[in-house]
Amino acid sequence: MDRIVELQRQLVEYTTSLYNEGFLDDQFNQLQQLQDESNPDFVVEVVSLFFEDSERLLNELANSLEQQSLDFIRVDAHVHQLKGSSSSIGAQRVQRACILFRNYCEVQNVEGCLNCLQHVKHEYSLVKSKLETLFKLEQKILAAGGTLPMMM
Amino acid sequence: MGSRGAGHAAQFHVLAVDDSILERKLIERLLKISSFQVTAVDSGLKALQFLGLQDSTYQFHQEVEVNLIITDYCMPGMTGFDLLRKIKESTSLKDIPVVIMSSENVPSRINRCLEEGAEEFILKPVQLSDVNKLRPHLLRKRAEEQLSISNKRKTMKECNSEELTNSVCFATGGNPKGFLLCSRTGKASPHGVEVTEHAMRKMRRKKQLAQKKAWAPLEVSSDEEPLRQGEGDAQEVEQLL
Repeated sequence: MDRIVELQRQLVEYTTSLYNEGFLDDQFNQLQQLQDESNPDFVVEVVSLFFEDSERLLNELANSLEQQSLDFIRVDAHVHQLKGSSSSIGAQRVQRACILFRNYCEVQNVEGCLNCLQHVKHEYSLVKSKLETLFKLEQKILAAGGTLPMMM
Repeated sequence: MGSRGAGHAAQFHVLAVDDSILERKLIERLLKISSFQVTAVDSGLKALQFLGLQDSTYQFHQEVEVNLIITDYCMPGMTGFDLLRKIKESTSLKDIPVVIMSSENVPSRINRCLEEGAEEFILKPVQLSDVNKLRPHLLRKRAEEQLSISNKRKTMKECNSEELTNSVCFATGGNPKGFLLCSRTGKASPHGVEVTEHAMRKMRRKKQLAQKKAWAPLEVSSDEEPLRQGEGDAQEVEQLL
């Protein structure tokens, strides 16, 4: 029992830090509200879709930016999509990095775009690892027979 | 839009349109948790196919009732705005409320959509509170429709004589609770709903007969008047009403 309580405390602390550090925003909480006994894996499923989407888009972006003649409209369209999906799961830092990226697309600044791509990639890998840690903690609690603590 | 049987549940059917699989999953969950029935498609084209507006693999018009359409604005090919316009241009679908979603807060875009007839414009990410705003629209619509049905029964009596002058009158047996008014030009306007299947069959047969004579038939029936068969002129039609 103590172990469960300890794990739950860890989870709350970890999740709170993610919000405080801006990795996640309220939209992630909104997703958690949509999870229940009838849909116990909803958050994991949505986040998995986010991971798949993001990896695809980041690859596309890397390809597009390697081209001789940069198609800024195409690049912007990809960033727009990534911005949308990161916003939908509450990945705030990724979303903000995308907004910056789009600004550089708009003024057709190649170097700016290349830097932004690195920035977005970096933020994405951070939030991915954080979310994976969060899910692992949740799994530990459930495996020990505990329930997930309600946030907020 | 088709008659509603007595057993029709209070559940509303929403058609959700978004090219992103993540967004579709999210909107589907939001709608289901709010007790809506959901169909999610990934393009405007598929939406039109589902609604029966587009040629598709279906050979017959799908009588699927959709109470609300919620669509993303930015989609490749047909945008949400294009879809909105097509729906509003369609006589059969224009009364279905359409809601637009967008991740971008662009006032000119919002105005454009609302002017084109969108019911609401929702900023993404969509939340439960946004979905909760939809139900009142649907309930109001349903109430309006019920009222309109009972009103239309009366309007037949208020038809102007010009309409009646160019019409042919047929009356049917059976126990119909509605009637169909056709002018000589063949334009039909339903003035009642909940016509029974039996009455519909009789009307169809009469129509076929009339068409052989190159008339577009006007079929009239009323609960109070004794029903009779045969051609009639405007005066007779008026008497029947």
